[in-house]
Amino acid sequence: MKPRRRANLEPYLLLLPSLAYLAVFFAWPMVQAFGLAFRADDGRWTAEFFQRMIGDAAFWPALRTTLILVVTIIPLQFILALIMALLATAGLRGAGALIYFYALPIAVSDLAAGIVWFSIFTERGYLNTILQGLGLLERPFIFLQYGATWSLIAVILAEVWRATSIVFVILVAGLQGIPKEYHEAAEVFGAGWFARLRRITLPLLRPSIQVALILRTILAFQVFAVVVALTGDGVKVLASEAYQWYSQWRNLNVAAAYAALILAISLLSTVIYLRALRTRTEALTV
Amino acid sequence: MKRVWAVLALVTILALVAACAAPTPQVIEKVVEKTVVVEKPVEKVVQATVVVEKPVEKVVQVTAAPANYGKVTILSTQANPVEEQEKMRGVVLKAFPGKPEFIGMEEPALIDRVLAEAKAGKGTADVLISLHGTYPTLLAANALLDLSDMVPNLKDRNIPEAFMKLGKLGTDKQYYIPVMQATYIMAANKKALQYLPAGANIDALTWEQLRDWGKNITEATKEKKLGFPASDRGLMHRFLQGYIYPSYTGGMVTGFKTKEAEAMWTFIKDLWQYVNPQATTYGFMQEQLLSEEVWVAFDHTARLVEAFKQKPNDFVAFPAPKGPKGLGFMPVIVGVAIPKTAPNPEGAKQMVRYLLQDEVQINILREIAFFPVTGVSYPGYVTVGIRMEGEAVSKQSASPDALPALLPVGLGAKGGEINKIYRDAFTRIVLKNEDIVKVLTEEGANLQKLLDETGAPCWPPDPASTAACQLK
Repeated sequence: MKPRRRANLEPYLLLLPSLAYLAVFFAWPMVQAFGLAFRADDGRWTAEFFQRMIGDAAFWPALRTTLILVVTIIPLQFILALIMALLATAGLRGAGALIYFYALPIAVSDLAAGIVWFSIFTERGYLNTILQGLGLLERPFIFLQYGATWSLIAVILAEVWRATSIVFVILVAGLQGIPKEYHEAAEVFGAGWFARLRRITLPLLRPSIQVALILRTILAFQVFAVVVALTGDGVKVLASEAYQWYSQWRNLNVAAAYAALILAISLLSTVIYLRALRTRTEALTV
Repeated sequence: MKRVWAVLALVTILALVAACAAPTPQVIEKVVEKTVVVEKPVEKVVQATVVVEKPVEKVVQVTAAPANYGKVTILSTQANPVEEQEKMRGVVLKAFPGKPEFIGMEEPALIDRVLAEAKAGKGTADVLISLHGTYPTLLAANALLDLSDMVPNLKDRNIPEAFMKLGKLGTDKQYYIPVMQATYIMAANKKALQYLPAGANIDALTWEQLRDWGKNITEATKEKKLGFPASDRGLMHRFLQGYIYPSYTGGMVTGFKTKEAEAMWTFIKDLWQYVNPQATTYGFMQEQLLSEEVWVAFDHTARLVEAFKQKPNDFVAFPAPKGPKGLGFMPVIVGVAIPKTAPNPEGAKQMVRYLLQDEVQINILREIAFFPVTGVSYPGYVTVGIRMEGEAVSKQSASPDALPALLPVGLGAKGGEINKIYRDAFTRIVLKNEDIVKVLTEEGANLQKLLDETGAPCWPPDPASTAACQLK
């Protein structure tokens, strides 16, 4: 009996180093952040900081904008990434180059991406210069003004450009894992391209889609650098509010409350995805 | 069985490595300490040979030989942009007899680092350069060295008494020494001058005349060419606290929700029609002045200076406009302090004296556009652009109805939150068009709460109070 027991311990022992790492560098700081969010300086537990956060003039606009960004950016990215992934894996000439090309934005830091898009949309930026050069505009159009839909559209464009590639890479990996035999069999039975996409590709891609969705949604709730670089104080999101409370207004407690809220929303969305996209084995058999 | 043992052995090794993970930094620290120890004797040896050699030549030179004050680490929230850091290292600090190391950082990072070092009882920073507002937080944590013993030796530097008093942070000890100053002024492209309202004198404008100027420009060019730094990086709150509020209400805080303040906000909304709508992305107005996105702008002297330096012939500098109660303006005092945990306090004190020398004060002005706090006369030493700013600065403070407004004093760690209140009032009233009275009542309550919590008495230009400052 004894040796078997030891053998069962193996995986746990192997996990130990990474668990210790996570505990020290992630779990403990997270506990401390929660402490900041829920405990006053004198050590008593309080909801004061959450009340302050919710009562703040910038809170609801920030939450609203964050949600708008999540529901617009993610579907757009998925459709785009799926098309791109299908193109890249369709066996066309030069498809390998296409993968590198599409994956390029991953290498660009989000702040740099924000600054690039700022130089496009700003008053004396590329877009206005081109439109004026073509005679379509008489004087510069101000895209990035406070409260304008255009500044939100600029953020969405920049985010879609920047982060679609991560979804793309995950989907390509998923597509490459689907055995060719299924497609060949379906073709024999006369299934068209759309039928194969709907009946084979998408169902078998489900685990990849789940991973990509979870990753992207969590990242979308944290969207920050692009928004700040593009719009300054014009568009507020949850993460930029957390940053401002920390760095400018110097109230670490309210900043921690924002961080806790972002974590709670991210966790909630992850749970929803995991339940909604649960992979059933019977669904996978064609 | 063999395999299991092999795996177990591997796991034990891994566990040992993991267990070692925490102490690793200590090991590294020790190594560094050791190299330092090794380095020092070498330095001494070099010095010793110098000392041995020199007496042979001339006895007098031995005493005059520059002392070496060793490594002095400076943390600074000022001169923070990369090019300014390079100027600090390459020019301003170059002649210091020792090894100065200049590290630019944002204020929160500096505060966190100094507080952490104070907590650990062991530090790396020798000198701090930051705004007045940084120091109350650090003093509250007992992290600052008392510099009172330096004061008698600095008498000949002629630092204004009012500035020195600020450096006492409300105690009877000197915790920082003013080292440079700046303020906020206006800058305009010369192309805008033709649109000045009739009869207006650019050196003595009223806020209404500024609005009419903007209106004339908009009517002529169809573009909105006034500019304010209203992004998250911009210092819009200083415009509200130090300029327009004192100009209209005579104070920064007490008149926050008065009838005069309501009239003021109505005016700002009126003015904002002629301000570039992209202002919420503006951080440093020199950028938009140089790109001609705006023609007339308000900002900190150090955030306008590139425009004057690059194109001195294209721009004019002038004092901020005045309102019914006078010309509100905000002098910015930068102080130098020494943390209690400084590893080289003697070198740090030497650095403070060094920074206050006339030549160094002029170099600071030339390189990073902060004005001297000592009585040094500089016009012959600086470029046209900086002289233009300097003239506007002195016209502003010498104006007969000048109302100098100090940065918030006595709020301690909550010094940042007061800025939020003014910024929020601006966002809600001007950008979101909310009801003025409602916003002023709500934000006024936030402001009063902040003052009550900190017990901060009123500071100039508001009339002095003994207890926590009260809004009218």
